[in-house]
Amino acid sequence: MSEQHVVVKKLFFPTDRSLYTPFNVVCGVILLVGLLLTVMRFTGGLAAVTNLDDNYPWGLWIGFDLMAGVALAAGGYTTSAACYIFGMKRFHSAVRPAILTGFLGYALVVLSLNYDVGRPWRLPYPFAVQSGTTSLLFEVAACVALYLTVLFLEYSPAALEWLGFKKLRNAIVKVTLVLTIFGVVLSTLHQSSLGALFLIAPSKLHPLWYSTYIPVYFFVSSIIAGLSMVIFEGTLSHKYFHDRMDETYRAEHDGLVLGFAKGASFVMAGYLIIKVIGIAVDNQWHLLATPYGLWFLVELIGFVALPCYLYAVGARDKNLKLIQRTSIIAVLGIILNRLNVCLIAFNWYLPWNQKYIPHWGEIGLTIFMLTIGVLVFKFIVTKQPIFYEHPKYKEHHAEDLSPHHKGHH
Amino acid sequence: MDGIFYTLQDFMTHTKGVTYIIMVLALVSITAFWRFLTDRDDD
Repeated sequence: MSEQHVVVKKLFFPTDRSLYTPFNVVCGVILLVGLLLTVMRFTGGLAAVTNLDDNYPWGLWIGFDLMAGVALAAGGYTTSAACYIFGMKRFHSAVRPAILTGFLGYALVVLSLNYDVGRPWRLPYPFAVQSGTTSLLFEVAACVALYLTVLFLEYSPAALEWLGFKKLRNAIVKVTLVLTIFGVVLSTLHQSSLGALFLIAPSKLHPLWYSTYIPVYFFVSSIIAGLSMVIFEGTLSHKYFHDRMDETYRAEHDGLVLGFAKGASFVMAGYLIIKVIGIAVDNQWHLLATPYGLWFLVELIGFVALPCYLYAVGARDKNLKLIQRTSIIAVLGIILNRLNVCLIAFNWYLPWNQKYIPHWGEIGLTIFMLTIGVLVFKFIVTKQPIFYEHPKYKEHHAEDLSPHHKGHH
Repeated sequence: MDGIFYTLQDFMTHTKGVTYIIMVLALVSITAFWRFLTDRDDD
């Protein structure tokens, strides 16, 4: 163990078991400020904690918490599809962490949404009172609600193993393949529909980001986001939860990183091609020479082409460190893309004094959401069989894989 | 190449032509990229 690793371990897992670790203190302050902002939001309204207005009804909460959050939570469906549908059993140990990340990601998306909408108690209305079936937002709401349920069911075997409910756990595991297929279908729908929300505003979204193919761009970039998040989360988990991991997870981890880097690289190459085709179809080449064009190129070259190449070099040379660092660039690239579409390139022609800058309250609540996610993740992985196989179900885990592949010969 | 397009027909002939050329280059490039990516898989 390196000296740096020892310092980091002692910082986050002190042996004296005092609650007042730097991590806990920082999280505590964030939670307190978050709770205060929550009270301000629900007593003072949106204006008390946001800079939203008629030009920007969607701000940081939609741009980052919802759009980027949903994209980055895509690791759940990509990993379970790779393992259970495409038969890549070598990724099996990564499924539970990916599903957990996805479940917490979507849960926080819904929590953030409750802050953003005017009447959060009416969130179930589209299903119970009036469905706007011609609205893409209705389809996003339906798919996110259903997918959150699917993710909860996919995550539940880990919780049930911890609680000791064997029969229920076995019953849910039997429907894993159905849940995975349903999850992929729902993800395809809502990931693309989040992009399709902007189809109705061609005059508001800058032409370099607006395209009739925007649903395809969002879906394909969600695959990149999912694969990169699994690598990123795996890297962080190895650093801070190494003692929770069993031999299977540790043995499969390197192969997972290499495999996902290869996949992400190839998908990124395809994404680059379709983005260039999108510019060609609308004949937007001349816009690349404008300031927004330069920003578009920063996003496309710096945060898509570069990580695409770095992932490829890392996968070829089996350079795990390079891949892990590249995943940070890729994740930032997805966040940048969503923020560009939602905020920066949206209403691009408005004068600067009318542009949207997030209120500190919005930033505070976003950090609050992220902190809740990290804390819940930490609690679950330290208590439940996420990075290891529960000893009472070891023989079940082998059976869980084989019934899904009987037809693959 | 930056001429004015008087009809939709002219516009689409131009853009489709450019797109076809890009697609041919893209298919060749992505094949080469795949070979680059999987070159050392057996090592």
